[in-house]
Formats: sequence, C-alpha cells, structure tokens
Amino acid sequence: MRKQIALIMLLVFLALPALLFAQTQPPRVGAALPDLKIQKPADSAGLKYLGLSGSGTFAVDQVRAQALIIQIFSLYCPYCQKDAPNMNRFFGLIEGNPRLRGKIKILGIGAGNTQFEVNTFKKKYKVEFALVPDGDFKIHKIIGEVRTPYFIIVKLDGPKKREVVYSRLGVHEDVEAFLAETVRLTGIQ
Amino acid sequence: MKRKIACALLFAALFAAPAFALSDAYKGNVFNTGRLKPVDSVLKVKVGQAAPDFTLRAVSGKKVSLTDYRGKKNVVLSFVPAAWTPVCSDQWPGYNVVQELFEENDAVLLGISVDNIPTLHSWTSQMGQLWFDVLSDFWPHGAAASRYGILRSDGTAERAIIIIDRKGIIRYIDVHDINERPTLESIIGQLEKLRK
Repeated sequence: MRKQIALIMLLVFLALPALLFAQTQPPRVGAALPDLKIQKPADSAGLKYLGLSGSGTFAVDQVRAQALIIQIFSLYCPYCQKDAPNMNRFFGLIEGNPRLRGKIKILGIGAGNTQFEVNTFKKKYKVEFALVPDGDFKIHKIIGEVRTPYFIIVKLDGPKKREVVYSRLGVHEDVEAFLAETVRLTGIQ
Repeated sequence: MKRKIACALLFAALFAAPAFALSDAYKGNVFNTGRLKPVDSVLKVKVGQAAPDFTLRAVSGKKVSLTDYRGKKNVVLSFVPAAWTPVCSDQWPGYNVVQELFEENDAVLLGISVDNIPTLHSWTSQMGQLWFDVLSDFWPHGAAASRYGILRSDGTAERAIIIIDRKGIIRYIDVHDINERPTLESIIGQLEKLRK
C-alpha cells in the first residue's frame, strides 16, 4: 500500500509543472500578460537594446520601452525562417524612425530552443533585435502553447499593467501595415 | 493493485504531455501522439563497429546507399518516428538552415523515416526546400531501422541520431527519448570531435 501511495505521489510530482503552467488559451487582447521570467539576452547588444544588464532572468516591465513586441519563434519553424527577413525589415523601420526608436522594442523568445539554437538563428538571419531561449518551454506553456511564429504586443506605459493590445498567430509579409497597426494600438506618437 | 497502477500511469500520460512548439507551417494537420514510451527497442549496434549498410529510396527519387559515402564523408543519420507528428515536424526544419555546419565538418545528413514516399513528400514539402536527402524505410517495413535495433514495437522508428565516420565506423549513437528533440549542439559537437 505504501508503495502505491509513493508511486502516485511521484507521478503527481512529475506532472505538477504541467498542471501549474497549463493554460490552453493564448494571451487575450485587453488582459494583462502573465508575469514571465524571461532569460536575459546572452549578448551585450541584446541587453543594451532592452535596457537591461547582468545575467539571469527579467520581467517584461523591466524593458526600457513604451511597448514590447514579443515574437514566439523557433529555429525549427519553417515560417519563422521565412519571416526572418521581414522581421529584420520591421526592426529597421522602427529604428529608422526617430519618433519610434527606443519606444517600441522587439523580443524574440525561442520556444524549446537552447542558447546555441537561438544564437544559430540570430547569426543565420543577422537578427539585430534581442533573441532569448525558452529551452524548457516554460514561457511557451504559460502563453498557451501557441504555434509559431506568434506575436504579442504589450503596452508598458499604459494605465493597465502589461496590457496586451495584440495577440496573433502568423507571419507579417506587409511590415509597413504591421507597424502602422502597432502604432495605432499602442498610441505611441 | 494493477488497477491503481494503471490509473496512476493514465494520470501521468494525461498530464505529462511532450513539449513542442509547432510551426504554423503545418496548420492543424499534425496528429498529436501524446506522450509515448521514451524508448521501445533494443539497440543492435554499438560505437566502434562498422555501420550496417542499407539502400533506400529518397523522396527525390534516387536510391541512396550508406556505402555511397564510404571514404568521402562523415554521415549523420537522423531517424524520426513518423511524419505528421509533433516533435518530428519540429526537428528537420532546424537542420535545414545549418547546412554550413554540416559541411564545415565534412558531413552529410540523411533523414530517415518508415513512412512511404508520398507521405514524406507531402510532409517535407511544408519544411521548405530541404538540402539533405530524406529516405523512406517503408518497405520492407523498417528494415534499416531494424538492422540498427531502433524499430519500435508499433512499427515506427526511434528518434535517433547515429554518426558514422568516413571509414564507415559508428562514432556516436543517441537513441533519444521519443518525446523530445535532440539539441542541435549535441550533433554539431559530436561532428566537431571527429575533426580532432
């Protein structure tokens, strides 16, 4: 009997992370983004871009910006690979606009990717914005195990804390339209 | 007693699902297998021995033999269990963007599955233009996987990485937990060791 109880307790313990982090739905527009513990970028350029320093984890609220675009991607995702040049162009549009530079930041989170795999993606596609790994799928589970690429725009300076203003699956071939929508939804002037 | 254990195992199977992040490239067409027995075969080969040869048809139509590379290239065999399943769909597309890492290590990659050619064609078309050959071990069913001792009892192959050097000697075997993807660095790291 004691063995059976021990076995059941072990199984419950093993399943606990899945139970704790299980959330079937992706972040809803209008709701607050869950409090995520995100690994800091390994490169100094990525850290500087987000306004962070040191190592360990950070929260979305710590990013120095008025809005943060989170891209859930993977080295192993054909659409993310195909979309990488579009995302670079999107980043260029933001950085090339004095009204937007520093106010809108982009963060790619590699679902199930190791640091090596994130570095490989970054190098392959010459990505200049910050990319970080989510090797154990912890963040991916919290945000509803979305398919990739998935985009979430979080307003960081509004009256609501970490307000999600955009939450959508799929690539953006028309990056000008995506930027116009980002500006409209975040109200950044 | 047996019923209680069965209930506990069912509980674990329900909640300890495999982790994967599917690309939108596959839309809703991937079949979720749930969590599977991590390894379900008995390996018949070991590091240091000559790799069993095989000749299989590639999706491209040509026939590929392991001996084609003898004396020329290191070979990475990437066996995956089945087309249109979550972790498998989330594996080869990553290798597809690192051709140069394989070339730097004088290696070719051969993807192998027990699925038939039409299924593999349909599935791998979603991954973009693959630079490596994808081979069908469909008939005689799983014969190549069986020679290596990585054919599972349900007729699928294990998720396995086997690295063979230019002399045809097996230098690395990773029969991976079927529910997880081997990391890219584990493969590249082993290839780099062959250069030393």
